[in-house]
Amino acid sequence: MSLHEQASTTLLKIARFTSKGSVIAVILMLVAIVVVNTTSLSEGWMSLFLDTSVLNFALRAAVPLALGAMCGILCERSGIINIGIEGMILAGAFGAFVVKISTASLPLWMSLILATVAGLASGALLGLLHALLCIRFKVNQIISGTAIVTLATGLTTFLFNPSWSSSGKFSQFAIPLLSKIPALGEVIFTNGPITFITLALVIFLQVMLFRSKWGLRTRAIGEHPRAADTVGINVNKRRYINTTLGGAVAGLAGAFLVLEAVGQFTEGMSSGRGYIALAVMIFGNWSPIGAFGAALLFGYMQGLLNSLLLAGVTTFPRQFLSMLPYVVTIAVLAGFVGKTRAPAAEGEVYETE
Amino acid sequence: MTEVVLEARGITKRFPGVLANDNVSLSLHKGEILALLGENGAGKSTLMNVVYGLYHPDEGEVYVRGEAIQLNSPRDAIDAGIGMVHQHFQLVQPMTVCENIILGAEIVGRNGLIDIDKARRRVIDLSERYGLEVDPDAIIEELPVGVQQRVEILKALYRNAEILILDEPTAVLTPQEINDLFRVMNGLTERGHSIIFISHKLKEVLEISHRIVVMRSGHKVGETVPAEATEESLAEMMVGREVILQVPKGKAEPGKVVLSVESLSARDDAHSLAVQDVSLQVRAGEILGVAGVQGNGQTEFVEVLTGLRKVESGSFSLNGKDVTHASVRHLVEGGLAHIPENRHRYGMIDSFPLSENLVLNTYQHEPFSRHGIRDYEAIAENANQLVQEFDVRTPGISTLAGTLSGGNQQKLVVARELGREIHLLIAAQPTRGVDVGSIEFIHSQIVAQRDRGVAVLLVSAELDEIMSLSDRIAVMYEGRIIDTLDATRATREQIGLLMAGVKNGATR
Repeated sequence: MSLHEQASTTLLKIARFTSKGSVIAVILMLVAIVVVNTTSLSEGWMSLFLDTSVLNFALRAAVPLALGAMCGILCERSGIINIGIEGMILAGAFGAFVVKISTASLPLWMSLILATVAGLASGALLGLLHALLCIRFKVNQIISGTAIVTLATGLTTFLFNPSWSSSGKFSQFAIPLLSKIPALGEVIFTNGPITFITLALVIFLQVMLFRSKWGLRTRAIGEHPRAADTVGINVNKRRYINTTLGGAVAGLAGAFLVLEAVGQFTEGMSSGRGYIALAVMIFGNWSPIGAFGAALLFGYMQGLLNSLLLAGVTTFPRQFLSMLPYVVTIAVLAGFVGKTRAPAAEGEVYETE
Repeated sequence: MTEVVLEARGITKRFPGVLANDNVSLSLHKGEILALLGENGAGKSTLMNVVYGLYHPDEGEVYVRGEAIQLNSPRDAIDAGIGMVHQHFQLVQPMTVCENIILGAEIVGRNGLIDIDKARRRVIDLSERYGLEVDPDAIIEELPVGVQQRVEILKALYRNAEILILDEPTAVLTPQEINDLFRVMNGLTERGHSIIFISHKLKEVLEISHRIVVMRSGHKVGETVPAEATEESLAEMMVGREVILQVPKGKAEPGKVVLSVESLSARDDAHSLAVQDVSLQVRAGEILGVAGVQGNGQTEFVEVLTGLRKVESGSFSLNGKDVTHASVRHLVEGGLAHIPENRHRYGMIDSFPLSENLVLNTYQHEPFSRHGIRDYEAIAENANQLVQEFDVRTPGISTLAGTLSGGNQQKLVVARELGREIHLLIAAQPTRGVDVGSIEFIHSQIVAQRDRGVAVLLVSAELDEIMSLSDRIAVMYEGRIIDTLDATRATREQIGLLMAGVKNGATR
């Protein structure tokens, strides 16, 4: 097979699990971004909407939402409802922060990597706890998720000492060549490491979920666990694995907030992102790419809001404008929930007779 | 005789309070179709679940090709070449045929991902070899049940199953689909596969099997071959006493119109039109049977007539009074009796005692209620009388309804509905999940109501039931009544074709 053929079959395969319309829409968006930022249009009103600063903000806001949504996807595709994403993000943030300040004597890069691992581990631990409650102890999954949020909020508030502070965070780096693309290079290819990991994870998870053995089995146990069981798949083992992995991904969202976005931990710093992530997951119809698109939309709404306020375009009270992302969440959910489809077996305990 | 491929020796399986299998032995020869016959609850499915590794037997062993095997999970059974098509299909609805077939036995390519092209080729290859026509890229939920069943069989063949267990495979099929299935089964045995065919339908067992094993209440009670058996002899073995398969029934003497339905339409839960422009009449003293494969709008039709579902358009009347928008209470007081297809959902309250279940639609009247206070003595008296009259086998009237066997639960529902003055009986799948002995009783009760001058609308997916009880037969297909026939002149083949939507040789 020639290189050209290989490239075209790869493109075909990508196209097979994304709709034509969305591919075209994405390409048009990218072209518009480049054009607006590189031509005289950058002086006009359109820059308000497509300025690189707005887009940078959108991506930064989207990263924790996308990670949270991927946590939800990992859990729910295997049949475990996860209302506790908020708590897992918070635990990830706190775990990352604690390790960050206690390794302050190490070189910064080493301290940051250890802190990231701690974030992953804290999230994974709560994921495992959620799985244990839901599977082993057959606790109602909504109740268990709520308990996890309460636990994480209470515990981090109790353990946190406001006098702790950390210095240094992940810095942005530019990917050679690609970062030279006008506008796009600045928005997409110049970022912190966790942002790059998130972008890669979205694509990786999308492929894994729909093309790998693991993905097929995960989707099967979320839809019809008994069917999976009768062909010899261990349903509950897979649910443990997926929920724990999901927790780790949510923990990474927390690590992002502390290590790449803010640089510090503050009480309740997940501030509802775990819940918006659930909306994002539903809006994206339980697929990683869909969820990422939805996360970008929410991030963009926040970015736009900021730039509108900064530009003084509107004298509308700030409090009302701040509601915008949440209003969009409600509107989107009201409009789309009926059209998306949740895994059929989510929320149900699976028991072999 | 050919070699024994599968043997179960002395299988005993206990569930809390039930001895589901008591020292049952069974052997299957290569290339054979062995029918496992028995009533619901006789222990057939339990035995097969033991063979498939889903249950662990308390005693006994399973041998495959002469070797004892340890079955800890279905995986072990699959590895030993045993495949099972469950009564309730084990298919993931939103996935494709191909994905369902390969699930658990995926072919992984060099890139670590599933090699779907290779899998698809194998599926196509298998489906051509065994005449199991199916589109590998179709989504399961969009396929008719007959095709879904083919996918289940392919799933087993894909795993190189030599021994196939088919659990009640004909329950959900049209007569034409049953013929297709039998053709496939014969093709499989010609290629050296062996089949265990679980059923409680006598005709089918006699038609397809090479050997018949009969089970009753956990025991193996007999073994025979079709040449030496008749429907009557098999039924007697199954039940343990002589059974009247054909309820004696005289000629109908239809009176005035009791139920009149005028171009009725209704939507299902997914908001699509499930009942379309249905018109029919049922007269006093006749049984109108509504035949049709499940899911062709019968459920919704019955729900509308019993006041459980909203009418989209059209109307219906009871004894000349329009009751299109009447409440359930109003219909019941107007003389409607309803034997619902799902007795657990609409027929009874599992956690209530028998006596209270028996007054669910009359509790507010004298003598069960005086000045708004219930009279438990009257309720108990009523229960004792009905339990006796309708032969409900129960330890007592304060037993919880949910603890009775399926047949007795159904007799309980029948007792409540028929134990009072009625004009119209709507019976939906009245004998589903009910043992042969109870079927006989329920059928005779339905005929007795007819002879008493009640108008009966019988909805059933069992062709035999429709044929033996009805005076007229209406066939429902995709929400419409596509034809109404005189029962004395209708043939099985004719109704079977109509059930598949074929009218006068043309598909609608």
